[in-house]
Amino acid sequence: MRYALRKIATMFITLFFVSVIVFFSFSLIPGSPAMNKLGTEATPESIKALEHEMGLDRPVAERYGKWLLGVVRGDFGKSYSYNQPVTKLIADKLGATLLLSVMAIAITILVSIPLGIFMARKSDTKLDIFLSGFNQLIMAVPSFFSGILITLIFGVVLRVFVPGGYISYKTSLIRCIGYLVFPAFAIALPKISMVSKLLKDTVMAESGKDYVRTAYSRGNRTKSVFYKHVLFNALIPVITFLGMAFADIIAGSIIVEQVFSVPGMGRILLSSISGRDYPVIEAIILLLAFFVVLSNLIVDLLYHKFDPRINV
Amino acid sequence: MKIFKKAFSLLLVLTTLAVALCGCGGDKTGDSSSHITIGIPQDLEESLDPHKAVGAGTKEILFNIYEGLVKADKDGNLIPAVASNYEISEDGLTYTFTLREGVKFHDGSTVTAEDVLYSIERNADDGTGTALIPAFLNIADYKADGNNIVITLATPDPDFLQYMIMAIIPASNTDPDTNAIGTGPYKFVSRAAQENVILEAFDDYWGEKAYIKNVTLKICSSADTITTEMLGGSIDLFARITTAQAMQLENSDFTILEGTMNLVQAMYLNNGVAPFDDVRVRQALCYAVDPDAIIDLAFDGKGTPIGSSMFPAFSKYYLDELNDVYNVDYEKAKALLAEAGYPDGFTFTIRVPSNYQPHIDTAQVIVEQLKNIGVTAEIELIEWESWLSDVYSGRDFQATVIGVDASRMTARALLERFGSEAHNNFINFADERYDENLALALASVDDAKQVEYYKECERILTEDAANVYIQDLAELVAIRNSYTGYEFYPIYVMDIAKIKPVK
Repeated sequence: MRYALRKIATMFITLFFVSVIVFFSFSLIPGSPAMNKLGTEATPESIKALEHEMGLDRPVAERYGKWLLGVVRGDFGKSYSYNQPVTKLIADKLGATLLLSVMAIAITILVSIPLGIFMARKSDTKLDIFLSGFNQLIMAVPSFFSGILITLIFGVVLRVFVPGGYISYKTSLIRCIGYLVFPAFAIALPKISMVSKLLKDTVMAESGKDYVRTAYSRGNRTKSVFYKHVLFNALIPVITFLGMAFADIIAGSIIVEQVFSVPGMGRILLSSISGRDYPVIEAIILLLAFFVVLSNLIVDLLYHKFDPRINV
Repeated sequence: MKIFKKAFSLLLVLTTLAVALCGCGGDKTGDSSSHITIGIPQDLEESLDPHKAVGAGTKEILFNIYEGLVKADKDGNLIPAVASNYEISEDGLTYTFTLREGVKFHDGSTVTAEDVLYSIERNADDGTGTALIPAFLNIADYKADGNNIVITLATPDPDFLQYMIMAIIPASNTDPDTNAIGTGPYKFVSRAAQENVILEAFDDYWGEKAYIKNVTLKICSSADTITTEMLGGSIDLFARITTAQAMQLENSDFTILEGTMNLVQAMYLNNGVAPFDDVRVRQALCYAVDPDAIIDLAFDGKGTPIGSSMFPAFSKYYLDELNDVYNVDYEKAKALLAEAGYPDGFTFTIRVPSNYQPHIDTAQVIVEQLKNIGVTAEIELIEWESWLSDVYSGRDFQATVIGVDASRMTARALLERFGSEAHNNFINFADERYDENLALALASVDDAKQVEYYKECERILTEDAANVYIQDLAELVAIRNSYTGYEFYPIYVMDIAKIKPVK
């Protein structure tokens, strides 16, 4: 319990540092939200007036303090571009991104675990050599590229889905899932090859261990040894890997969202960065950082549970 | 182990379900007679308040929702809108607008003189000597007289009517930032950030009603996916596609319409820094750069070469002969450079905003062309926000390629910026003769005389080689063959109400 508390405390400290870095780095880069909003017709006076209205004429430290106080109370401020509270704006987008990420991880698990087992059982056959080579190839293809290929093949040639025809999960959850399968698959592809390779390797390593030999010598059938002992032990590192992969997938979905025109967090993050919509940028980056540290925390706690000797 | 099994089967069921249902996502756009999906490159990333919105991309859409006392038509004329007619007194000081009867706001209320006064008040002097529309500082008095609005100016301003395209909004709307209520042919329904904006035809519109009932403006922020989305069927119309995208749409069910963007695309030179503070150097560059070759190489031959800060759509002010002042002449260019003290050429940097591919393409051809006279140019790509703050406001650049547009249908919108004291004179152009002619143009009440002064300004810009003028870019609009009626305007607007389905 104390271990967990300590971990959670570290998590908040990490988030605090992330927020400081984001806040101050954006005050260093060129471009001002007021100038961006007013465009080329801005006069120095109108920029000054709008900056005052936005509170941007205050020192950075003061602005940060004010912002942090708001965040503690759950108020992330108001978007410059949309005149809406940031929390409301992001809540809409978070749904799409989370759904996409959950689907990607689900596809990863469903495909990679049977595939890994299959490859381990067929190890050193021609089929395994082929699959391993293919795996290496897939691992090297970035998601946005496989995303473009999927769009072209399934969207333009086969017309299984309408590229860009995303339907909000609020309108129809089923049709939304139907659309998101394709980007989710693009995100899942490299993860599938990583997980199946990892699983194959750990299964092979476990199979050679003493307890397996003992189990066989006690007269167990191959299948039950494999599923009851080998697989169970081999899955532990895989599960921890999946935990970390989830954070990676959420962050990675930002790029794939662009390819499939999914209006998730990625889109709004990119547009807020170019529009210098500071409140939105800060909230999204903090949220992404939160997912990363959260999944790390879960992985750490799982490690600790499986093997109490570990105190990372 | 048991947990794994359960989770496993659950995931299996879920994914099978998802895969099985994926075919359902492929529904095509509904009945085309009542709906159209228009792709727009960016969200309306600012207030929906028409008096605060400044982005060209936002104003282009708000044109359909709001109207002023007068509004622009496709030929560049001002036609009565919320006012049914207007009169200007002989001394050019008093404008009398008569309100059109029974014009309704989208919330059902009728437009009253109070609403007009309220709209003027929001844009006029706020008591500190500044105004949202600077030209309104010239208003001495405005009042309602029954159904008439009488505006009195302090000094005559022949451009004043142009400013009356200012949107009329209801005084009763407490939140114009997010709740758009106007009198236009379309009313605002809803928006989802970075996703879409929904419009619906306004049944009580006073004029010719829109043909298409439901309009979805779909935000396509990623330029790479636009053509696949069009071919895949989720976008019916996209304005301002690139020549490359137009080629990808060949042999599809899209028609590519060609108009002009009404931009002055040029390599703008910072007249305030070396070596461009020397007129001979600027002229040398003009002799070396060939706009026709740029249009052929980078724009598939589509575009209109221009010779000064004016584009052909403003036919009243446009001088075609300025195109021929600098025809390609490398010897002359080299001689001018030698005279200016650069016999072996020089090196300079062109800063180009990275989000405008046409300008980047143009800069690349310019770099090649300048090699002919021994001048080495380097392209530096910078983010749009940095361009705005460093190049445009900070004037920290040697050269930049950009297109300058006119926010109103007057020469003033293009030429006033080159006055030596203008706050937006980002090229630091300073010429006494120019300032004189500009002042005369702004002060003259006589239209013909004013046009002549503006033309003289254009000639000075060309003679002084203020910038290396290139072209007015072609505007390519892709529209699905099941729709027709798209109209090009001399200002940056998209008139959705004119688009109709093909029967």
